[in-house]
Amino acid sequence: MAAITITINGKAATVEAEPDTPLLWVVREHMKLTGTKFGCGSGLCGACTVHIDGKAMRSCQISLSQIQGKKVTTIEGLSPTGTHALQKAFVAEQVPQCGYCQSGQIMQAAALLATNKKPTREQIVSHMDGNICRCGTYPRIVRAIQRAAREA
Amino acid sequence: MTIHVKDGSIDTSISRRGFVAGSAGMTFAFTLGGLGRGAEALGATQPTKFNAFVSIGADNTITIICPAAEMGQGVYTSLPLILAEELDADWSKVKAEFAPANPKLYGNYHPAFNGAQITAASVAVAGYFMPLRMAGAQARKVLLDAVADKWKVLVAELTTDKSTIIHQKSGKRISYGEVAAFATVPAEPPKVSEADLKQPSQFKLIGRKDIGRSDVPAKVNGSAQYGIDVQVPGMVYASVMQSPMEGAKPKDVNVPDVMKIKGVSKVIPLPFGVAVLGDTVEATHAGVKALKVTWDTSGATAAGFDSEKAKDDYAAKCKDANAETKVEYQVGDAKAGIGGAAKTVEAAYWSEYTYHAQIEPMNAVAQVSEDGKSADIWTGTQFGALAAGIISGILKTTPDQIRIHNQFLGGGFGRRIWPDAAIQAAILSNITKKPVKLILTREEDLAAARPRPMTHHVLKAGLDAKGNIVGWHHRLVSENVDAVAAPPRFQATGGKDYIGARGLDQAFYAMPNVLAEYVRENRGMRVHAWRGIGSGYNKFAAEAFLDEVAATAGKDPLALRLELTKDKPRANAVIKAVAEMSDFAKKRPGHGMGIAFSDYHGTLSAGVAEISLDAKTGKIKVHNYWIAVDPGVVIQPDNVHAQLESCVVFGLSAALIEEFAVKDGAVQATNFDSYPVMRMSDVPEIHTRIVATNYPPSGMGEIGLVTVAPAVANAVFQLTGKRLRHLPMTAERVKQALA
Repeated sequence: MAAITITINGKAATVEAEPDTPLLWVVREHMKLTGTKFGCGSGLCGACTVHIDGKAMRSCQISLSQIQGKKVTTIEGLSPTGTHALQKAFVAEQVPQCGYCQSGQIMQAAALLATNKKPTREQIVSHMDGNICRCGTYPRIVRAIQRAAREA
Repeated sequence: MTIHVKDGSIDTSISRRGFVAGSAGMTFAFTLGGLGRGAEALGATQPTKFNAFVSIGADNTITIICPAAEMGQGVYTSLPLILAEELDADWSKVKAEFAPANPKLYGNYHPAFNGAQITAASVAVAGYFMPLRMAGAQARKVLLDAVADKWKVLVAELTTDKSTIIHQKSGKRISYGEVAAFATVPAEPPKVSEADLKQPSQFKLIGRKDIGRSDVPAKVNGSAQYGIDVQVPGMVYASVMQSPMEGAKPKDVNVPDVMKIKGVSKVIPLPFGVAVLGDTVEATHAGVKALKVTWDTSGATAAGFDSEKAKDDYAAKCKDANAETKVEYQVGDAKAGIGGAAKTVEAAYWSEYTYHAQIEPMNAVAQVSEDGKSADIWTGTQFGALAAGIISGILKTTPDQIRIHNQFLGGGFGRRIWPDAAIQAAILSNITKKPVKLILTREEDLAAARPRPMTHHVLKAGLDAKGNIVGWHHRLVSENVDAVAAPPRFQATGGKDYIGARGLDQAFYAMPNVLAEYVRENRGMRVHAWRGIGSGYNKFAAEAFLDEVAATAGKDPLALRLELTKDKPRANAVIKAVAEMSDFAKKRPGHGMGIAFSDYHGTLSAGVAEISLDAKTGKIKVHNYWIAVDPGVVIQPDNVHAQLESCVVFGLSAALIEEFAVKDGAVQATNFDSYPVMRMSDVPEIHTRIVATNYPPSGMGEIGLVTVAPAVANAVFQLTGKRLRHLPMTAERVKQALA
């Protein structure tokens, strides 16, 4: 067990955990930021997507030791008031159903819009294809990303 | 179904009560007399409880109890909205709370469940519509009586709007919150009848397009709480390697190896698997992955079961004239009709096992009390009352001592009817005397799959000289889902299968002679309700076969369906609607169009698929899916569209790619690589239309799925002339069919 200092949602935090602990469990169970979800543990579903230095990454595939000195952003830190353009667009388009994958979808989409302000539909689909939504909200996710790009 | 723990030292049978508690002769009395005690003590600080479903605070906050589980289908909004409508509530001040497990107060009296508090079969809105309206109207009546009394005016002179009571004559107004602060809820609540309810034209909330889902804001900022998010002080973590099949017990376990993993505190072989307990999720998951277990399968029916090899047996049973059958639907004499026909058509259909693939793996937090006689359970469940019933049996206490704190469900689709995670967590908490948070790995969630069964169908139809259907015979062979998932109902009906036989009937088609029957296979799989239940595969077979019949009769598939439904106006209307939406008759070069119709628990729908096919790879591409639906009165129009979109995607996923094989009784898939589900790049344009009627509302959570597989198969036939009779219609199977 080691004390490792990380920066999460703009704040420095010290975590007592094994260096190989997946970031997912650090975020969820140690830091109680439960918006980031566990789906498959193998980087196959995207429910655990967070940003590391602004890039969308699967937190189940990243160990605590790999993020020392890096900035981690979770859904709770995407916008201090929960009013990121995507969050507003996901409400406007009434995207979530069960909602479980939605944090991951939004974090994945936010990384796209951060580097590509006006993505084409093809770019959106290709960027989002690793994120499973079992409720099948895909058409509304596309519409919400397009809306966010339009309204941001 | 029995849960044994430690060689039978804890043993319970699922009590019949868990399914049908308090169902006999109950009426609306259960909602209207729901306080269960005398006149409510009043105070400005505590919200006043008007009945089992609604409380109003002095600050005008209205709390409405949602008796059903929210798994994405929208009941957390639609059920409170129904009550709020009759209460004439200010919707912006309404909050919803999930009901505790208490079927006496919160059971669903839809005929499908007869008072059980279960969220399944898309009947929450249908079953709770009238009770919730009555509860809202009753609370409004109490408020009006209190104000009439205080102001010394006639109740008839009072009106309500947005949580305000208005006396037009004097211009006086008072908010519900102010009234709640002084109103006395009588011990004998005022009677309300249907005459007290609004006419649909008076609805202010029901049917509004601009009212969104109440759970959406929390689901875009990470604050919505699911079972997996619950933490309680002092809890330990657990994960369980699940028995690969029902009845398999661990024999040899490499306990010392697993105990070496940092953070693992206990490894406990149990009759349902091997539990690893520890300080962290990651330790318990690493522990489960490091387990090496040999299983004693002597008590497991599924031992040695191979789904591929079993197909010969299924096929033989489907042809066996002496097989023991259960009749699901009968009109006239199908055998005579087919026997005397000018022409007959026959075909065999198949579907493979499918997994729910809910993205939140099964989990629960359980805290059994020190004396072992009560427990708190935090989990997302479709059937908390069943969890309470089973766990109370294990702890040798009563169901009311098991407090189920229902959370949002990260997908249900039928998987969260069976409360296995809650049961296992409770057993582990009882052993360790600590709160236990159990989270399955995805791999173990798949090992513990409760799948839609593998099915086989033989259909025969007879045509007269003019091509009219004069006989229809559909025989299904599969495991009996009720026998596993609803044993009390299985026993009460003498071995019928309500879940598996759904959709075998032909209640909407005018056919003079129909026999729909099923034969039971008993393979020991944990078969279960899966979105759309039997209708998913039975309507695939029936609606695809109907196109075969149409082709033999030289009829157009759309025209035939319109002809068969000419005396069923609601069915006819959705078929016409989808034909118009899709411009069905229009030829699209290189593309095929297929149509299908289905009902599901009162809702009617028709769908059209437009597909193309890569002959080289065998991959079907779905370009468009049009779907029309008649769910009666529409509570939330946008959510009706959303549920249709959801069902089309889910249905396409099942129709095209989802399956697992079984070898030696075990599921042959481990994660989303070996059990892929539909991703964004394969989703077609989905076009939805509501054909609104004023019939009582029926459900929307599943109907949209049912037409998808047959419409796709029928589209492939139109394009290629080849029939696809085996779900899923994978590229491999398409290539075989084209060869």
